[in-house]
Amino acid sequence: MSSATTRMGIDKPILIAGAFVIVILLVGSAYTLATQGTLSFLSPTYLLQQLQIASFLGITAAGMMMVILLGHIDLSVPWTLSAAAMLATAVGGPAAVPVGLGVGLVVGLFNGLGVAYLRVPSMIFTLGVNTVLMGLMVILTGGFAPQSAATDLMLFFGRDRTFGIPHAVILWIAVSVAIVFILNRTPLGRYMYAIGNREAATYLSGVNTRLVIICSFVICSLCAAIAGLLLAGYSSRAFQAMGDEYLLPSIAAVVLGGTHILGGRGKYLGTVIGAVLIVLLQSVLSVMQMPEAGRQIIYGAVIILMLLVYGRGDKLRA
Amino acid sequence: MKTLRIYATQNLGLLIAIAIFLVLYLIYATQLSRFGMNVVLQNANEVVPLALVSMAQTVPVLLGGLDLSVGPLMTMINCIASEFLAGDIWSVLFGCVLCLVIGSACGLLNGCIVVYGRIQPIIATLATGAIFIGVALFVRPTPGGKVDGDLSWALTNDINELGYTYGWWEDLGWFGLIPLPAVFLVLVVLLVWIPFRRSATGRGCYAIGSAEGAAYMSGIAINRSKLAAFTLAGFFAACAGLYLTLLTGSGNADAQQAGSYTLNSIAAVVIGGTSLFGGTGGCIGAIFGAMVIRAISFIFRVIDENSIFGFLASPLLQSLVEGAILLLAVSLGAARVFRVRNRLTLFT
Repeated sequence: MSSATTRMGIDKPILIAGAFVIVILLVGSAYTLATQGTLSFLSPTYLLQQLQIASFLGITAAGMMMVILLGHIDLSVPWTLSAAAMLATAVGGPAAVPVGLGVGLVVGLFNGLGVAYLRVPSMIFTLGVNTVLMGLMVILTGGFAPQSAATDLMLFFGRDRTFGIPHAVILWIAVSVAIVFILNRTPLGRYMYAIGNREAATYLSGVNTRLVIICSFVICSLCAAIAGLLLAGYSSRAFQAMGDEYLLPSIAAVVLGGTHILGGRGKYLGTVIGAVLIVLLQSVLSVMQMPEAGRQIIYGAVIILMLLVYGRGDKLRA
Repeated sequence: MKTLRIYATQNLGLLIAIAIFLVLYLIYATQLSRFGMNVVLQNANEVVPLALVSMAQTVPVLLGGLDLSVGPLMTMINCIASEFLAGDIWSVLFGCVLCLVIGSACGLLNGCIVVYGRIQPIIATLATGAIFIGVALFVRPTPGGKVDGDLSWALTNDINELGYTYGWWEDLGWFGLIPLPAVFLVLVVLLVWIPFRRSATGRGCYAIGSAEGAAYMSGIAINRSKLAAFTLAGFFAACAGLYLTLLTGSGNADAQQAGSYTLNSIAAVVIGGTSLFGGTGGCIGAIFGAMVIRAISFIFRVIDENSIFGFLASPLLQSLVEGAILLLAVSLGAARVFRVRNRLTLFT
């Protein structure tokens, strides 16, 4: 690999995943050309629409990546997302967005404290938090879909566009810039990679590892909350379990982008491409009238095949 | 006495899980006015699918991995079984064996991807889980099935009912009141899990979970143990799918239900005292973990609104209490964090 591409932060996973995105578009275009005689997959309208949908997954995955880089995982994302959206729409008015972000902050702090101080495996702690959040939301709504609607600010970011560019995509870019800055330009980012590689060594180097873990979980939950607010704006309302279909795809997006699931390695650009890849794959397949069964099978097979190409672990050696 | 104490310290998690279960179930039994064997039977029926899925989850967890495909695999077998569990005894038997073989083969597929593909178990099974759900939807796009009604009735009741249904035997007294789901579970443990655990391959799994490098250096057949572990997970998940089919009499490719079974199985495994880092624990613990989780929901059905727990009477509180108990249980294990002299020992 040439040093130029390396300096730009492009590595093998990103190249291959990016190439695969193009392959998906080409195959889809060949299909539409053959059946309808148009190239609708390459039209700016379609691509921007897909980017808008991808921004919800992309922002969730960005947060998930912060946690995976440490070698942890956050299974509380689905109900953090739903809780932020549901509470925000329930409160309404100008306080809606701060309340939604506040949910993310509190959940992130709680997760971080549990993992950093109690040292409970993040897998099980966040699973418990997810169930508790679900329970709280069920009590809040009485088990029915909430009747409240998204506020103007949420509609502005989630649904509206300027010059055809969805605001959700602009927000995704803003979140991405912030995360790239944290990862590459601040000590916090360095420490995240360091903890993912060897926590004990990082601790012995004088790093406040507990604080880094807490910060990562807070960023993750904040991202989930932002995605929830956007999604509520996009669909004009919040509903139960709206976050359920974001947990596994966000993990898949991070891993497809070349981040190691055990932490310590990974580039942010990969996560963006991973999210785009998953959304495009689902969309193109459904336009090609593939039934749900086939879509699931292809989705799973693509993840395995891509990881077989560039995501393999080291061989066990003496 | 000394061996007893050693056993207790080595299986502390399991003993705690049993204790929690007994407390919860005693509360349940005393609150219920008409407690009897028929209630136990109904409870056992609800516990067994989750218990089997949790056993399936336990084996990869012992290796230090996680299997996100146990729920989807169970759902897939549920859909396949709903096509085959009908007709005469031989075709039913053939259907059962077919389901178990398919389940084990899918587990083996997971194992091959992990061992030869060298992909981390959690992410490999995330992908295969999607594939299994896809196959389930392919086999059964809409819920339904043609499960033999007599069969479904006879195998999910007590031993007496099995005899009545087919005219094999009459009333067997107290022995006949034993619920068949419990019998199945005990059989699976005695015939599959215990022999596996005592075999060199099974012990290899524990060794790999403790220290893979050391296990490799000690000459343990790493690949064989891992393949066997995932195959066994597939087998247990297939048992769960089969039993679920008998219980519901139909197949349903419900991705949401599959997901919740997977997540509940992780919780059950941890409550049962198996470490998510691998190397300690076992299937028996997972069974009791599953019983604890189900016992919580049993209690919610019987709480009297006028008792001291009356404020808990609303069924809406169920997931909150489930989550809180899970958090509490895992946080109890955190006591050691505040006792250590050197924080370095925590980073293992």
